[in-house]
Amino acid sequence: MTTSANLKPDRIRRHVDWKDVLFNIFNYTFLSLLVIVTIYPFYYIFIYSISDSIEAQKGVFLWPAGFSLEAYKTTVQLPGIADAALVTLGRTILGTIITVLSCSFFAYLITKNELPFRRLIYRFVLITMYFNAGFIPWYLTMKTYGLQNNFLLYILPTAISGFNIILIKTFIEQLPPSLEESAKIDGAGYFRVFTSIIFPLSMPIVATIAIFSAVGQWNTWFDNFFLVENPKLQTLQLVLYNFLNQSSSLSNMSTEQLTRGDMVRTLTPQSIRMTITMLVTLPIVLVYPLLQRYFVKGIMIGAVKG
Amino acid sequence: MTFTYAAKKQAADKKAKLFRKDGIKLLLMALPFVIFTIAFSYVPLFGWIYAFFDYRPGIPLDQTPFIGLENFRNLLVDPRMGPVLINTLALSLLSILMAPIPLLFAIMLSEVKTEWFKRLVQTVSTLPNYISWIIVFSLAFSMFSTEGAVNSIMMKLGIPGTPVDVLGNYDRVWTVQTLLLLWKSVGWSAIIYLAAIVGIDAEQYDAAKVDGAGRFRMIWHITIPSIMPTFIVLLLLSVSNLLSAGFEQYLVFSNVMIADRIEVLDLYVYRLGLVTGDYSYSTAVGIFKTVISVLLLFTVNALSKKVRGQSII
Repeated sequence: MTTSANLKPDRIRRHVDWKDVLFNIFNYTFLSLLVIVTIYPFYYIFIYSISDSIEAQKGVFLWPAGFSLEAYKTTVQLPGIADAALVTLGRTILGTIITVLSCSFFAYLITKNELPFRRLIYRFVLITMYFNAGFIPWYLTMKTYGLQNNFLLYILPTAISGFNIILIKTFIEQLPPSLEESAKIDGAGYFRVFTSIIFPLSMPIVATIAIFSAVGQWNTWFDNFFLVENPKLQTLQLVLYNFLNQSSSLSNMSTEQLTRGDMVRTLTPQSIRMTITMLVTLPIVLVYPLLQRYFVKGIMIGAVKG
Repeated sequence: MTFTYAAKKQAADKKAKLFRKDGIKLLLMALPFVIFTIAFSYVPLFGWIYAFFDYRPGIPLDQTPFIGLENFRNLLVDPRMGPVLINTLALSLLSILMAPIPLLFAIMLSEVKTEWFKRLVQTVSTLPNYISWIIVFSLAFSMFSTEGAVNSIMMKLGIPGTPVDVLGNYDRVWTVQTLLLLWKSVGWSAIIYLAAIVGIDAEQYDAAKVDGAGRFRMIWHITIPSIMPTFIVLLLLSVSNLLSAGFEQYLVFSNVMIADRIEVLDLYVYRLGLVTGDYSYSTAVGIFKTVISVLLLFTVNALSKKVRGQSII
């Protein structure tokens, strides 16, 4: 930094030239447009869902047309919705707990030098990230295990994940070994050491992984789509998907045809569709600030590992 | 000499014994996880055997005729294979072509000096990453169906040729799908570049400023070269995923009008297997895909080792 010393101050000062100003204008405009393009669909769904259903058909753009919570009242009473919400919540909570516990305990075992064939076992598990038996073999294996039409299908296969294990192992390895040694001297076994020292100390990474997998569980539907027909075990995502397919094939019919019969007179399928979408999206949007923080942290640790 | 040797040996023996006892304990604890991994990741590989039999659902495998490589020969003459491969490669290549956009976005964002605006853009642009393709479909449907918001606005403005069925447009399906993918992933993909940009030594910029470099020169000569390695790694990884064009996206967005041009390899495997019920041939196509993908991954990894002296997996 010897050069900066003998420089005249006027050369260091930032020159504001027209190119810079133009760039700023372009930059802010472009990024603002991007924000609008991203957020508008969510906003549109929201204002449509709280609009008066019939009014909304004339067009909703910036503000709700009228105000009515009728769509929400009807949607939560639709057959299957309550069960689906319970199943989705169940798989999100249980699936996350199982993944977090098994990945972190396994990652802890892998950090132990005394574990025979340590590297081999680690590789054996990690390599599963890079191959996939394919659709039909997966389908038939799950059927053989009796996981068809079984809630366990949602929460068991995701228990061990190579990516999570890398993250936790990397984290545990940078904890001071002295903590563990002192507990060992006090006579604690591996399991005790894990539950009372390692796991509590690993909370930052455990939280990251818990959120990773909770979002994954909430959003997953293909296992449901391919292997579960039982109406009591449907997930919210699939209920939405089925409803979308129905209404996209119905969208060519006139509204009159749709609203008569057992459909509630004052409610259009569009309103119901928007409302289900809102209900499925809302939890994600609500935990989003939390998500963003941990996700970014998680991807950083992953990036450091390479 | 002998004394130290004996002491050492004793210590080593003691250690080995402890090692063995602890080792067995640890091994027993690790065993359930290994078995689990075998059950859910390795056992399905045995399903590959179906590709070599003329398997029909319902008939046990031992009563099924062995047909050797016939399914793989069929693969070469299957008239549907060509279009499916073209769809897969086209959609993958289009998304690879889009790869510089998150990078540009990250640079643009890092040039924003208003802190709250920067945070707003980053938070909002990452949101679509956390929602499922089904919700993306629902949003897209509300925007772009013939009765959707976009068409309604255009009709109100009296733009001729509307309504346009964006999601059912046969000629533009690849473009539409690529843009949807971009919408969902741009913010998320940019995070890693933003992290790389934050990690650049500020002294480099100071030095450049001193030398009279303007904003664009600094972007060109410092920012871009600094994040290039990250870009290359991600690019190579996406090349190895060439045959895995997003299954969920195209399954969800598929409809009668565009099914022909959106059917990618994974979708074809699913249709052959569960819709047509041809388990054996579907498995063969799946094996073909997996083998090529693993080969691509190794090639790309070897390439990276050679060029950068660093492996990516």
